[in-house]
Amino acid sequence: MFKKILIANRGEIACRVIKSCRRLGIQTVAVYSDADRDALHARMADEKVHVGAAASAESYLVMERIIDACKETGAEAVHPGYGFLSENAAFCQKLEAAGIAFIGPAPHAITSMGDKITSKKLAEAAGVNTVPGHTGVIEDADHAVKIAAEIGYPVMLKASAGGGGKGMRIAWDEAECRDGFERATNEARSSFGDDRVFVEKYIEEPRHIEIQVMADSHGNCVYLGERECSIQRRHQKVIEEAPSPFLDEATRQAMGEQAVALAKAVQYRSAGTVEFIVDKERNFYFLEMNTRLQVEHPVTELITGLDLVELMIRVAAGDKLPVTQDDIKLTGWAMESRVYAEDPFRDFMPSIGRLVRYHQPPESPHVRVDTGVHEGGEVSMYYDPMIAKLVTWGKDRNEAILHMQEALDRYHIRGVLHNISFLNALMAHPRFQEGRLSTNFIAEEYPEGFRPADVPREDPAHAILVAALVHRRYMDRAANISGQVAGYERQVHDDWTVLVEGVAHHVHVRPENGGYHVDYDDRQFAVQCDWQLGQPLFRVEIDDKTVWFQVERDGIRYRLFHRGAEIDALVLAPGIAHFQDLMPEKLPPDLSKFLLSPMPGLLVKVSVSEGQEVKAGEELAVIEAMKMENVLRAQQDGVVSKIVADAGASLSVDQAIMEFA
Amino acid sequence: MHQIIERLEEKRAAARLGGGEARIVKQHQKGKLTARERIELFLDPGSFEEWDMFVEHRCVDFGMEGQKVPGDGVVTGYGTVNGRLVFVFSQDFTVFGGSLSQAHAEKICKIMDHAIKVGAPVIGLNDSGGARIQEGVDSLAGYADVFQRNVMASGVIPQISMIMGPCAGGAVYSPAMTDFIFMVQDSSYMFVTGPEVVKTVTHETVTAEELGGALTHSGKSGVSDLAFENDVEALLMLRRFVNFLPANNREKPPVWPCDDPTDRMEPSLDTLIPDDPNKPYDMKELIHKIVDEGDFFELQPNYAGNILTGFGRMQGSTVGIVANQPMVLAGCLDIDSSRKAARFVRFCDAFNIPVVTLVDVPGFLPGTSQEYGGIIKHGAKLLYAYAEATVPKVTLITRKAYGGAYDVMSSKHLRGDVNLAWPSAEIAVMGPKGAVEIIFRADSGDEEKIKARTEEYRSKFANPFVAGSRGFIDDVIMPHATRKRICRSLAMLKEKKLENPWRKHGNIPL
Repeated sequence: MFKKILIANRGEIACRVIKSCRRLGIQTVAVYSDADRDALHARMADEKVHVGAAASAESYLVMERIIDACKETGAEAVHPGYGFLSENAAFCQKLEAAGIAFIGPAPHAITSMGDKITSKKLAEAAGVNTVPGHTGVIEDADHAVKIAAEIGYPVMLKASAGGGGKGMRIAWDEAECRDGFERATNEARSSFGDDRVFVEKYIEEPRHIEIQVMADSHGNCVYLGERECSIQRRHQKVIEEAPSPFLDEATRQAMGEQAVALAKAVQYRSAGTVEFIVDKERNFYFLEMNTRLQVEHPVTELITGLDLVELMIRVAAGDKLPVTQDDIKLTGWAMESRVYAEDPFRDFMPSIGRLVRYHQPPESPHVRVDTGVHEGGEVSMYYDPMIAKLVTWGKDRNEAILHMQEALDRYHIRGVLHNISFLNALMAHPRFQEGRLSTNFIAEEYPEGFRPADVPREDPAHAILVAALVHRRYMDRAANISGQVAGYERQVHDDWTVLVEGVAHHVHVRPENGGYHVDYDDRQFAVQCDWQLGQPLFRVEIDDKTVWFQVERDGIRYRLFHRGAEIDALVLAPGIAHFQDLMPEKLPPDLSKFLLSPMPGLLVKVSVSEGQEVKAGEELAVIEAMKMENVLRAQQDGVVSKIVADAGASLSVDQAIMEFA
Repeated sequence: MHQIIERLEEKRAAARLGGGEARIVKQHQKGKLTARERIELFLDPGSFEEWDMFVEHRCVDFGMEGQKVPGDGVVTGYGTVNGRLVFVFSQDFTVFGGSLSQAHAEKICKIMDHAIKVGAPVIGLNDSGGARIQEGVDSLAGYADVFQRNVMASGVIPQISMIMGPCAGGAVYSPAMTDFIFMVQDSSYMFVTGPEVVKTVTHETVTAEELGGALTHSGKSGVSDLAFENDVEALLMLRRFVNFLPANNREKPPVWPCDDPTDRMEPSLDTLIPDDPNKPYDMKELIHKIVDEGDFFELQPNYAGNILTGFGRMQGSTVGIVANQPMVLAGCLDIDSSRKAARFVRFCDAFNIPVVTLVDVPGFLPGTSQEYGGIIKHGAKLLYAYAEATVPKVTLITRKAYGGAYDVMSSKHLRGDVNLAWPSAEIAVMGPKGAVEIIFRADSGDEEKIKARTEEYRSKFANPFVAGSRGFIDDVIMPHATRKRICRSLAMLKEKKLENPWRKHGNIPL
């Protein structure tokens, strides 16, 4: 067994690997870049080695530095995590040459599976179902159009070296096919340094279901059930679960056996994932094999009781798999939410900055949080904007969802924007709860993007009651201020009017039994709360049911966050509440005259010039952020009157790029 | 007797109606509440005691003798805010446009005299078209009577002006002399001369809103301390503001129970200061993490953003906070920020409110506009204010404290009581780069040498140790313990007594 392992990664996955190592009594070495001096993974490891500048190409991706770090610290093996060097055969070979073990598959498995075209051929040979398509490399846009016509639209253009949605485009017609080919090629070049692109049939109403396999170097290979990752946004997974609500036992077994067959065909070792696309008839087709630990591996761990990182380490050390296929039992249901630093209300644009407040829900047998951040840490523009993976386990799917909802309610993040409300809205979505998933779920259910109004309200009474309670607590405290006129002290009344979205709700809040008695809307509530004034988390027991809210005081208003909803409440004494009706409605300033940068990033291209007439939907500018090219298009017809920012400029959120006449 | 009671009721009803239903409706249509509705919102329910409801004007010219409304356009009296006594006048725009007659002024003067006598704040809710022109010089006399009392009350009781409608001409000078001016967006404006006069004299075309609206005064001129969205927000926030203030200059600031532990650690503050000394960070985060419950009542947020001023509480009791803001102009001192902070420090000193100063200042802003604008005298205001202040003064240097600006920002030399520094503090005459360019001018051009010298200067001065060795810094503290250390210092200073030599008054460089 290894005594010391270097983790060639950062963020949550580095922390997660360190945890397993600690449990196994293995020393750990972290590597870190300039941007990660204070990062959690660098703090957690027994030793840490600086490997270069913030940009990953100058640090986490520099093989020599990683290998030097191993030599310096005497690490015997490297766990690559996911991303970075995890699927880089050259890296494995260099490690091998240096006599350092790679905790992952052998280089030939990586090479053959890493290339989508080769992997598809291998899969076909191993008897695995594959999607109809052209396995050759596309030469140019004309070639792409010709092949697309043969397969039939819609088609998908994919970077051969791709993954994680980068370098992928769907085309529904010839024009889109040409455009998509260019973009996919460009993204492939900038993200992977390899601009080869291929094309295949695009399957409608698809589900993304993948099989986790684990193999040792003694020819043993097992499958650990499936994960459904259909809830995706722009091919980025958002929510994953295991098992899939869609598969039956026969399909599961067929998929598992095909996955194992493929793994065996490449003498696979370590953890791997065979991704399938499943249509509504439960036909499944091989997509690709990921020759690394997946982001979403915790859901498999929670239903199998296995520690995949531990198994990876053991088989890398030459151990035999301690389990056989018959030992694998799937227990309960696990759900994972990816918590991202992004703005769900503005097309999920990435958000970067300092984590001014960061408080995650406590871990328990039902809740697991894999994170690599801490309060006061930085979500930097250099890396993936994922803050954490929140994973819950329940006896069944419904229970896993309930745990997730509560955990999300308790997740407090300030300083960067985040998608907690979106995740919680998904959890509450009836179609999600029914398990009717598809990779188009988000596009179909939120066609206009996610808006606050899309959030279903669970029991609106709770928010009203909490607002009244919060206000009552503040008023009771203010009534205890020093210097009051004797005999004329402030008396706090029990009746309040809570104004939410212009509707007045009358609430009676009276202290009782160390808590409060609340009357609202002909309902009676017995309420207990131990809230400390000013705390963002508000735990309240309403009729013995524990409910979590997040509370923010903004001027005279309270902003409540619960189950994905954001509620603005104004609490007034009943005698003065009607004055609010007399207040004029103020319209927000008109920003339609400006094109504002929706995210921080690099202005790659300004596609129009001053004085140019533009039509709605026309490309105005391209911004690169988080290695993704984002095209900003005209919202309406108009004339560009002034270009304010030039190509090459680095933009902050809401910075003006151009003005319209 | 019965008849008199009936007449009394009639008069009260007439007074309550002010300028009549039609004008009340019009006031509401403008998004404004009436004088009485505003008082009702502002004071504790049922606590208002009205005076001078029956006062009427005495003008007999221009047909005024036939137009009398009991109360004469202003509602005055006293009441409580959270049980604490305050005096209030609220001008009634529905009665003669809220214009100021001699009788109207007398009503205001009466409550001001009482407020000074008993030591309670005066809150003015201004909504007045200006002087009662029909009364001529009597009206002007009325203004001056109010001005005189504003000055007599200054530094004795807190005076707050809430501008909730027009306030033009000489009328602006009463609010101008109060401690704080708040305004309501879109419905209030203040100017010495209105848009019409401006047009005839300077040929500038400008709207009342542009010339003197809430955004103009809270952003451009700095006349106003805060702009509120509407009457309801303005008056409820005013209640919260009053909670911070002592009733008069003989009292300590109010205290209320607070659950927030004074020894609350904030590990995230350890990473607040970026590695790069030229990278800004948000000083507000530090303020929010050290005051009770993160509750910081910021004043002038949109004016001279390079310095932050406002009230918070520590251990349940009010503190005034002054902080350089590295996010704006690198947190340097300039004309506007010096004036803004100086006035705030003087208010705190007048009313026994301890001042907590958070320092990250690279120096004074250079340039002709600053020198021509008189930065020498304006910067001196802040220096003067800190130097004369006798309230508890706790200072924390988070990063840069360079040059004269170091002295100004509540340094030990200006009788700072407790002066603390984070390990990231750099106390020096200037930044290492600039210093080396002057000291080793001969080496300029030799990059290697300059680099080595800069490093030498940095290791000598870019830390809190030299200042510490002189005793100019009492202690170097870890950022995460900031709240605990400041709370402890303030508790120690609670009974601080310090008096300046007797004088008629100092001569602050105005």
